[in-house]
Amino acid sequence: MTTPPPSADAAPGAAPPTGCELQLMVLDVNGEQHEVITEPRRTLVDVLRHDLRLTGTHVGCEHGICGACTVLLDGRPVRSCLMFAAQAEGAALRTVESLAPDGAPTEGPEEGPEAGAQAPPAPGDRLSDLQQAFRAHHALQCGFCTPGFLMLAEGFLAERPDPDEAEIREVVAANLCRCTGYQPLVAAIAQCAAARRAARENRSAQRKEL
Amino acid sequence: MKPAPFRYHRARDVHGTTRLLAELGEDAKVIAGGQSLVAMMNFRLARPAHLVDIAPLRELDRLGTGPGGALRIGALTTHHTVETAPDAVLGAGFAVLRRAMGWIGHLPIRTRGTVGGSLAHADATAEWCLLAVTLGAELVATGPDGERRIPAGEFFLGPYTSVLGPAELLTEVVFPRPAPHAALTEFAERKGDFAIVSAVVDLDIEAGGVRGGRVGLGGVAPVPVRVPEAEAVLAAGGSFAACAAAAAAAADPPGDANGSAAYRRALVRSLVERACTEAAAGTAAGNATRKAVSR
Ligand SMILES: Cc1cc2nc3c(=O)[nH]c(=O)nc-3n(C[C@H](O)[C@H](O)[C@H](O)COP(=O)(O)OP(=O)(O)OC[C@H]3O[C@@H](n4cnc5c(N)ncnc54)[C@H](O)[C@@H]3O)c2cc1C
Ligand code: FES
Ligand code: FES
Repeated sequence: MTTPPPSADAAPGAAPPTGCELQLMVLDVNGEQHEVITEPRRTLVDVLRHDLRLTGTHVGCEHGICGACTVLLDGRPVRSCLMFAAQAEGAALRTVESLAPDGAPTEGPEEGPEAGAQAPPAPGDRLSDLQQAFRAHHALQCGFCTPGFLMLAEGFLAERPDPDEAEIREVVAANLCRCTGYQPLVAAIAQCAAARRAARENRSAQRKEL
Repeated sequence: MKPAPFRYHRARDVHGTTRLLAELGEDAKVIAGGQSLVAMMNFRLARPAHLVDIAPLRELDRLGTGPGGALRIGALTTHHTVETAPDAVLGAGFAVLRRAMGWIGHLPIRTRGTVGGSLAHADATAEWCLLAVTLGAELVATGPDGERRIPAGEFFLGPYTSVLGPAELLTEVVFPRPAPHAALTEFAERKGDFAIVSAVVDLDIEAGGVRGGRVGLGGVAPVPVRVPEAEAVLAAGGSFAACAAAAAAAADPPGDANGSAAYRRALVRSLVERACTEAAAGTAAGNATRKAVSR
């Protein structure tokens, strides 16, 4: 049932698709290669959620307005509802699951003989610095918009590590949050940027000492 | 909603693509950044049977100055590439384009949306369409019969309609000369929305004085327009306020849910004067002024 991936020299003038024509796609998501066989009309957000079961990426409006579906494509924030998965072949994708790869929810202290020896990780220990900043500043309530804001901020800070507050305000306007108000989001992103800057300065000071 | 089924084709080169488009006929559509088309397909406002993805045509993703100080922008250049282009690439005389990008949607839209896609989509208040018309750009299209160059003033026919044929690919837009004293400003209800009214002013400044200039408006007609009446005021040495008043008097905007004709005319007056002031200052803070407009 699989049709070969069509290309510009696929039989031109071929009849328009009627039922479900399938296409093989190879997607690079969070550093792993995934083969997906699906219809070309499948949007990237649907492939992430339904085919790859990466349900951290949310979907709201499906027309680019809300930003719940924001992921990184080659490091840049994009709307995954406004792309067909086929368009993402050959690019490196990152979803919210990549921020804290070991951050799967823990279900109480681990079992086993050593379990009591170490204190169980405090909740939040396994979150990335950006996620921790969101937590510390209460930058989420229901959490629906959170994966989108996290990936928006991650992509933005990668390009502009030293943003001023006006730039942060400008960028968070890209996504919608109906719960928290934007002030905690601005504070969280500013604090994460400041912490990363301090770490950078620390590292370069240490290098000079050596 | 989910898009209707289609067949996906990946472009290999410009000529092959135009041939393929000619063979597929009216049921085929080009997809560039998809920031307008995918939204329309998700709502089934568009249901092409074939989608030809031109993103692999990397030769159309370029930006640089050419002979005579012209700026050549490949169709697949993203809004974000222009927004972040250094002076060495964009040319100091084209900083107006960089500043204008902040008005287009939001960062995650600008990282995907392309200059060629904006022009081909021909939204009546799209920033690129207004900039192209006001700054006298030339659009380069390639079809099965070869290449043609179309002045921006003749390119747009109406809302979402241009002279591009179904098998034609927009490959490049050329801004013929630097516009060091130009500014774009606009008003929209919410940050990132398409403008209700937008204005571009490009002043000719010699020996510290305004000698004339071009005034363009979006949102007052089915396509972006120049306003000769307002330009005449600038050429005659009139004030920016007089220029803005002339633009408002000349404009015959439509009234719709986004604003009555009288409201749009009032916007024209404020925005043209503001664009004149920012153009003369040469360092318009683009987005900073957005807040001031909102009441
Ligand atoms: C939330 C949101 C807000 C936005 N706000 C703004 C805004 O304020 N101002 C603004 O200007 N735009 C705005 N946009 C639209 C955005 O600028 C798009 O990038 C642009 O309209 C289309 O460019 P694209 O590359 O995405 O084209 P696509 O969506 O891929 O294509 C659009 C149309 O152009 C055709 N096309 C594309 N490239 C070519 C080509 N090279 N030759 C021939 N035909 C071609 C396609 O067939 C299609 O009909 C917004 C979009 C969203 C989702
Ligand atoms: S679901 Fe993609 S922007 Fe709303
Ligand atoms: S936390 Fe509920 S929408 Fe943002």
